[in-house]
Amino acid sequence: MIDRPTAGQEAAPQGAAPARRRLREKFGRGALPYLLLLPALLAELLIHLVPMVTGIVMAFKQLTQFFIRDWSAAPWSGFDNFEVALEFNAPVGKALLHSFWVTCAFTVLSVGLSWLIGVTASIFTQDAFRGRGLLRAAFMLPYALPVFAAVITWSFMFQRDTGLINHVLHDQLHLTSDKPFWLIGDNSFWALLTVSVWKSWPFAFLTLTAGLQNIPRELYEAAALDGAGVWQQIRRITLPSLRPVNLVLVLVLFLWTFNDFNTPFVLFGKSAPQAADLISIHIYQSSFITWNFGQGSAMSVLLLLFLLLVTAVYLFATNRRRGEAE
Amino acid sequence: MINPPASFRWLRRVVLLVLAVFTLTPVAVMLSSSLKPLRDVQGPWRWIPSELTFRPYVDIWKTVPLAKYFTNSLIVAGSATALSVLIALLAGYAVSRYRFRGKKVFTITVLSTQMFPGILFLLPLFLIFVNIGNSTGIALYGSRSGLILTYLTFSLPFSIWMLAGYLDSIPRDLDEAAAVDGCGPIRTLVQIIVPAALPGIIAVAVYAFMTAWGEVLFASVMTNDQTRTLAVGLQGYATQTDVYWNQVMAASLVVSLPVVAGFLLLQRYLVAGLTAGAVK
Repeated sequence: MIDRPTAGQEAAPQGAAPARRRLREKFGRGALPYLLLLPALLAELLIHLVPMVTGIVMAFKQLTQFFIRDWSAAPWSGFDNFEVALEFNAPVGKALLHSFWVTCAFTVLSVGLSWLIGVTASIFTQDAFRGRGLLRAAFMLPYALPVFAAVITWSFMFQRDTGLINHVLHDQLHLTSDKPFWLIGDNSFWALLTVSVWKSWPFAFLTLTAGLQNIPRELYEAAALDGAGVWQQIRRITLPSLRPVNLVLVLVLFLWTFNDFNTPFVLFGKSAPQAADLISIHIYQSSFITWNFGQGSAMSVLLLLFLLLVTAVYLFATNRRRGEAE
Repeated sequence: MINPPASFRWLRRVVLLVLAVFTLTPVAVMLSSSLKPLRDVQGPWRWIPSELTFRPYVDIWKTVPLAKYFTNSLIVAGSATALSVLIALLAGYAVSRYRFRGKKVFTITVLSTQMFPGILFLLPLFLIFVNIGNSTGIALYGSRSGLILTYLTFSLPFSIWMLAGYLDSIPRDLDEAAAVDGCGPIRTLVQIIVPAALPGIIAVAVYAFMTAWGEVLFASVMTNDQTRTLAVGLQGYATQTDVYWNQVMAASLVVSLPVVAGFLLLQRYLVAGLTAGAVK
C-alpha cells in the first residue's frame, strides 16, 4: 500500500510521439513536481519535522515549569528522563508501565471487536434489502458525530444515579445488586472500551463496505452454481478478497486506538482512573499537571519508538505473507 | 451472497437489529434528553419525559457563549480544510503524475507521520508557540491561526495519500488529450483533473473538516477564552454543583448537526474516495 506504483510507469511506450513527450516531461519539467510539493513540504516541515526534533531534544532536558518561557535555557539531563521513565520499581516508571499494559489490553480488545463487528455488518449489508440505505446511514452515525458530543452523551449514560446504563442494568433487568460506578474504579475500563468500539467500528464498516464493492458478483454466482453455501461463499470469496483492505484497516485502527486521547479525555477529564489510564492521557498528565515537560517528552519518544517497532514488524510480516501467497 | 437459507436471513436480521440499537441508543438519548426539563435529567433515568420542553435549546446560548465557540470552530475547521485540500491536491498531483527523485522518501515520510501520537507534537508545539510569541510578538499560542496550523497536522498526510490514490484512478488519457490541446500542467490540473477528481476532493474535505471539528487535545491546550472551540466549550455546562445534562445534550445535538448533515449528504463520495484511494 505504501509503495503504490504509479499507473503508466510500467506501461511500455506506444509509438514515438508519446515517448518523446514522456522524455520531455522527465527532463524539461524536472522542477515542476518539486514546486507542486513545496507547500506540502513546508507544512510538513513546520508542523511535523520541527516539533518532532524539538520534542526529541526536549526529552534530554530538565525541562520544568521554570523554563517554559525559554526552553533552550533548561539544563541538559542526558538520559535521566528515560531512566526515570524506565525505572519500573520507582513510582514514575511503575505508573508508566501500568499505563502501557492498560493501553495494550484496551487496544487489542477495541481493534479486535471493532474489526469483527465491522466485517459482520458489512457482509450482512452486502446484499440489497429494504431499508439497507437507512441502516447503512445509521451505522455511519458514530463516525460522523463529533467525538466530544458523542462521548459526552456516553458519559451521561454512564452516570451512576442519573444514567441510562444503570437504570437498565439495575432497575429494569436486576442484573446488578447495586448501582455500580462506571466512570471511576475498575469498571471504567469497560466503559471506555464500549465507547471506543462504538466509535471505531463504523470506520471498519465503511472501509470494508467499500472493499466489498470490488468483488465481482460473478464469483458468487459461480460458487453457488458449484454448490457452495453462504458460509462457504463468505469463507472462500469474501474474506480472502478483503485481505488487502484488512491489512491496512487493522494497522490504521491500531494506531488510532493506541494514540487515542479524545475518548478518555472527554469521558474522564484530565486524569483518568487507574484502570483506564491510557498512555496519551498519562503523558498529558505527566506534562501539564506536574509541568515536567522533559519527562513527558521522554515518554512520548518511548511511545513513538514502540509504535515504529510494531508497525515495522507488522508491515514486514504481512508483506512476507503476501509474498508467500503469490 | 447467492441463495442464503432462511436461517442465515434470520441471523442477519437479529445481528443487524442489535447493532442498530447499540449504534442509535446514544443518539436517542441525546435527542430525548435535550427535550426534558432539568429535574428529569437530574433524577433517575426516565424513558418518558415528565414534560416536553424546548427550553434547553434556548438556554444553551446563554449558559455558555455557544455562538462564539461555534464561530471559532467554523473558522478553524473551515480554514484547516481549505488549506489541507489545496496543499494535498498539489502534492497528490505531483505524486500521481510525475516521476521525480525523492518521491518514495516523500510518500513514506508523509505516511509515517500518520502514526505519530498527537501528544508527541503537543508539547513541542506548545513550547514553540509560546517562544515565538515571546520573541516576535506573533501570538500563535491561544490564537485561531495557531490552531489552524496545528490541525493541518492531522488531515494533511491522509489527504495527500488519499488524493494521490484517487488521481491514480483517473485515466492518464485525459492528461494527454489536454496536453495535445496545448494545456500546460497547471491548466490541466485546474480544468481537467479537479473536475474529474471532485468525489475524491470532497471525500478529503469531509475528512479534514470532521477531524478539525472534533479535535479535543490541542483545542484544550492551545485556546483561551476568546478562541475556545466547541470541543472544549461544551464542558462549560457543568457548573461546580450541577451538570445541566439537558443543555449538554441539546448543545451536542446542535453542534453535531452541521457535520452529520454534511457527512450524510456526501457519504457516497467518501465511500467512492475510500474505494479508489485507500482500498486498492
